[in-house]
Amino acid sequence: MSADTPLQNDHDGNENPPVDGSELIRFDKVTKRFGSNVVLDELDFSVASGKHVTLIGPSGSGKTTILRLLMTLLKADEGTIKVNGDYLTHEEKNGKLVPAGEKHVREVRKNIGMVFQQFNLFPNMKVLRNITEAPVTVLGLSKDEADQRARELLDMVGLGDKADAYPTQLSGGQQQRVAIARALAMRPQVLLLDEVTSALDPELVAGVLDVLRDIAHTTDITMLCVTHEMNFARDISDQVLMFDSGRVLESGTPEKIFGDPEHDRTREFLSAVL
Amino acid sequence: MSWDWQVVDDFMPRFWDGVFVTLQALAIGTLIAFALGLVWALAQRSSQVWVRWPVVAVTEFIRNTPLLVQLFFLFYVVPNFGPSMSPLTTGIIGLGLHYSTYTAEVYRAGIDGVPVGQWEAATALSLSKGRTWRAVILPQAIRRVVPPLGNYVVAMLKDSPMIATIGALDMLGEAQAFSNETFTTEALTVVGVAFIVIAYPASLLIRALERRLVR
Amino acid sequence: MMSSEFFTTWFLPGIWVTIQVTVYAAALGAAIAFGIGLARTSQLWIVRFLAGVYFEIFRGMSALVLMFWMFFALPFFGWQLVPMWAGVSALGLTYGAYGSEIVRGSLAAVAPAQKEAGIALNFTRWQRLRLIELPQAWPEMVPPFNNLLIELLKGTALVSVITVADMTFAGNLLRLGTNETTPVFTLLLVLYFVLAFLITRGMRLVERRAKAGVGQRPQKTGGITSRLSSRGESLQAGSQSAGGM
Repeated sequence: MSADTPLQNDHDGNENPPVDGSELIRFDKVTKRFGSNVVLDELDFSVASGKHVTLIGPSGSGKTTILRLLMTLLKADEGTIKVNGDYLTHEEKNGKLVPAGEKHVREVRKNIGMVFQQFNLFPNMKVLRNITEAPVTVLGLSKDEADQRARELLDMVGLGDKADAYPTQLSGGQQQRVAIARALAMRPQVLLLDEVTSALDPELVAGVLDVLRDIAHTTDITMLCVTHEMNFARDISDQVLMFDSGRVLESGTPEKIFGDPEHDRTREFLSAVL
Repeated sequence: MSWDWQVVDDFMPRFWDGVFVTLQALAIGTLIAFALGLVWALAQRSSQVWVRWPVVAVTEFIRNTPLLVQLFFLFYVVPNFGPSMSPLTTGIIGLGLHYSTYTAEVYRAGIDGVPVGQWEAATALSLSKGRTWRAVILPQAIRRVVPPLGNYVVAMLKDSPMIATIGALDMLGEAQAFSNETFTTEALTVVGVAFIVIAYPASLLIRALERRLVR
Repeated sequence: MMSSEFFTTWFLPGIWVTIQVTVYAAALGAAIAFGIGLARTSQLWIVRFLAGVYFEIFRGMSALVLMFWMFFALPFFGWQLVPMWAGVSALGLTYGAYGSEIVRGSLAAVAPAQKEAGIALNFTRWQRLRLIELPQAWPEMVPPFNNLLIELLKGTALVSVITVADMTFAGNLLRLGTNETTPVFTLLLVLYFVLAFLITRGMRLVERRAKAGVGQRPQKTGGITSRLSSRGESLQAGSQSAGGM
């Protein structure tokens, strides 16, 4: 990775530990229910830093729920989640685990970035400000620094000329590439990708996937990815997790999962989507 | 200044007289507003420009000018060339006329809310115009219009004290007269509280109605 | 017919007083609308509860009765208000309550996904409100605020009852002095209509700018009939708040 890549972790507002393959994310007996429907059932799993992990499985199997729990958009009913060894939504007080305050959550959460299925760009801000707003207000970067970083990222996603457009003036694919740049501008250690191409017209999917491939291959950012694009998953993943009914059915390298899965359930699922 | 319950006690008989007048004005005013509003709404849908346009102009004018001044107009100006009416009658007509321009908009929105396909289906079945209205359009429009109409009844209740300014003895009129005679202010406070006590359950009722009808 | 002397000594200043009362009451009402409206979305139940109590009380209150009470009864509790401020306060307090429902409703209508995007970028609750939710809710607030402002303008006529010399007060003076009631009250009604029309035109401009600020193209506007359509929309959008108008 060269010194001037816009994604490098350095002296800026967000100081992250170096990538050393240590455990970055750990789910410990996490249960999530919606009413009587158990979406995650005492789920244990971990992600090592720098790895690209893809979650696959039938819809309703809890993949997106995992990303939303990590982003604190949902609260687990039971169990704990650790990021970099710190509890995400809990704090230790007098040897007991208690729900954490807003300050603690934000401190841990700053290591996480997310790209949504529906882009969720802010329609009231132009493209450039969509990217610079959080680095300025949350990380405390100067306006110039944030501008420069945003323009580099826009160049990287191929939208250097759209800085002054409003999101509604862009195509879905362009909006999603801006959303990727926006997430990366916060220099998160881990990037959550929630079915980022599902809402796109077919001809716009490739452009977005190319950008993500580029990021996966040229940076050391950790990725946790829910997708139905199996070719893309094969390309970028170090590890693929097959989910079924709120549990990890099997996991392994893409070669193993796509080439020689252990379970019939996995085989059925793959033959249905491939 | 202290609060004197004896004064409240003395005011009570006249208070109930005032409540009766207020509710009377509200009830008749509501009937006028509901009926006349429907007339405006249907006239605004007329295919005749010379019907539609004047009705739009008049209702816009009435809705965008103060009820208070309209009451003065009805009470002091109209008798110059028309009938001379008692303060209460004038007040009721003023309330009904003013709020009919609001209910007209409610009806209009309710009717416009019925999908075009319903009109087309009625045409396809060769239903007569009257039958289409009675059997197809109005029954569907009604559940959209009931909650906002209810809200306007509450709004009318809150505007009803204005009729005291032309001499009607509603709740405010009674309180004002009593206060002037006795040099006290308790009666005004009683009436203020009474409005909240009447309006709050009324708006709860409308919200419940809304939940049942709008699904 | 109205003497020109009367017109310049009472009517013209009356118009000015009406405008002043409208502006002051609107400013007070806007402050209350945003204050109470935001408080009603608070995470603390006690804040929500108190704001809710305020809303229910002042929405259920008749502006005229409140004005009378502030003018006649409040002095007995040792608090004397200048008539003008009694009127402005009563109007601002009641119309602010309706406005709080517009603010609350528009904030609630902002897409939940926008809030989630704000969390994902680690904004604080206040930053999300200031940078994302309020700017997006604002264009939705403008049309119902326009209706409310016109209701407020009409409500200002009530201050004449507590001796504030607005244009309705001037009209009543002339009625007592002469028998020329027809031209006076007709002129009065026309003046209110013109002011309401000007407010609507002004708010249309505000709406256009607000929509441009979120990258939307505003709808094309016609003449006076355009007001009809904006009424209809807000009737459907907020029947609760419409109830107070």
